Amino acid sequence: MSTYYDPQDLPRFAEIGQQAPELAQKFFDYYGAVFAEGELSAREKSLIALAVAHALQCPYCIDAYTQACLDKGSNLAEMTEALHVACAIRGGAALVHGVQMRKQAQKLSL
Amino acid sequence: MSAVPAFSQTLRRHQLDLARGQTSVLQVNVGLLCNQACRHCHLEAGPARPEVMDAATMEQVLAYARRGRFQMLDITGGAPELNPNLELLLEGACALLPRVILRANLTALASDQHRGLIPVLAKNKVVITGSFPSLNAQQAEAQRGPGVFERSLECLGLLNQAGYGQPGSGLELDLVVNPAGAFQAPEQAATAKRFRQALASRWGLSFNQLHVFANVPLGRFKTWLLASEGYEPYVRRLAEGFNPCALAGVMCRGLVSVAWDGYLHDCDFNQAAGLPLGGRRTHISEMEGPPPQGQPIAVGEHCYTCAAGAGFT
Repeated sequence: MSTYYDPQDLPRFAEIGQQAPELAQKFFDYYGAVFAEGELSAREKSLIALAVAHALQCPYCIDAYTQACLDKGSNLAEMTEALHVACAIRGGAALVHGVQMRKQAQKLSL
Repeated sequence: MSAVPAFSQTLRRHQLDLARGQTSVLQVNVGLLCNQACRHCHLEAGPARPEVMDAATMEQVLAYARRGRFQMLDITGGAPELNPNLELLLEGACALLPRVILRANLTALASDQHRGLIPVLAKNKVVITGSFPSLNAQQAEAQRGPGVFERSLECLGLLNQAGYGQPGSGLELDLVVNPAGAFQAPEQAATAKRFRQALASRWGLSFNQLHVFANVPLGRFKTWLLASEGYEPYVRRLAEGFNPCALAGVMCRGLVSVAWDGYLHDCDFNQAAGLPLGGRRTHISEMEGPPPQGQPIAVGEHCYTCAAGAGFT
């Protein structure tokens, strides 16, 4: 496989702990605690993770949280709406910078 | 990646045996004829299936229920409503057993031809367990066929009107959720809460309990898994979720399953897999009582479904 992203790398994630086991353990413990049932359900957290995965455009996370969302009882309509939330925030974040663009353009223009 | 170990090998590795406890549930499959052809059906039931339990076999089932002193009769199919002798079994069973369950697909019962059965079920206080896999029409119909979602909602409405799922009526309406694909069954309590809220707020419908069951890799579901190259990963995930504690509560320890032709199996899945009770083909008429405690249960790869996570009831 000669690409940057290989689906078989995802199950090897734990290997990242080989050079820094204590830090990796802290991270994985934290990660597990974040996704446990809390004020938000595990299902809701997986939908948030799916949206963030798309915003970050992480193919590992997209695969993992598509599976997790389905496992936790979400359906494709809910997952698509979550994705639009990510899209709206990314798009809005780009567009709101237009105010800065307009201010700068006005400053430079007659 | 190594092969998924045989279920019997996994039992040995955990030093476990799978054997019968006290058998108190008689499950009867009254036929493979169904008005639907659901894509996850382990028995490959459908409109073209000719296998239907006849009245003589039903009488043998009732005689066995009497001499076996079973506590519960669990009627399944296919769509049991399509068996022309269903009322014979229902009336006889309700006179004999404290609890009778009818597993309904929620579309046959809502049809003009069969909705007259609802007052009969209510009069006899038969528990209805209806398949309702998703709150999303597209997802439900991907599993169960076009038009099923609306007709299922209509059926739940009819059942609620008859008192089913209503507080204080004594008429129990339970729902079953199966995943619409090669993914795990969601957590049961959270799913029940979500379905209860959504069914009440969107459609004004109510139910009693909700059960979440994983799909069993047999029959039509297995065929789909193999065709989509998902069989091995699906079974591997089930095997990785093997929970020795779940074995104590698996249904095959306390249930005996009768096929449409009167032959016996440890469960409905072993019926689909062609694994007979006690290792030999035995007809219901040969049985003096429930299978003895301690009798080994036939196992196969599909048994990982019931032994994964919290188990299967």
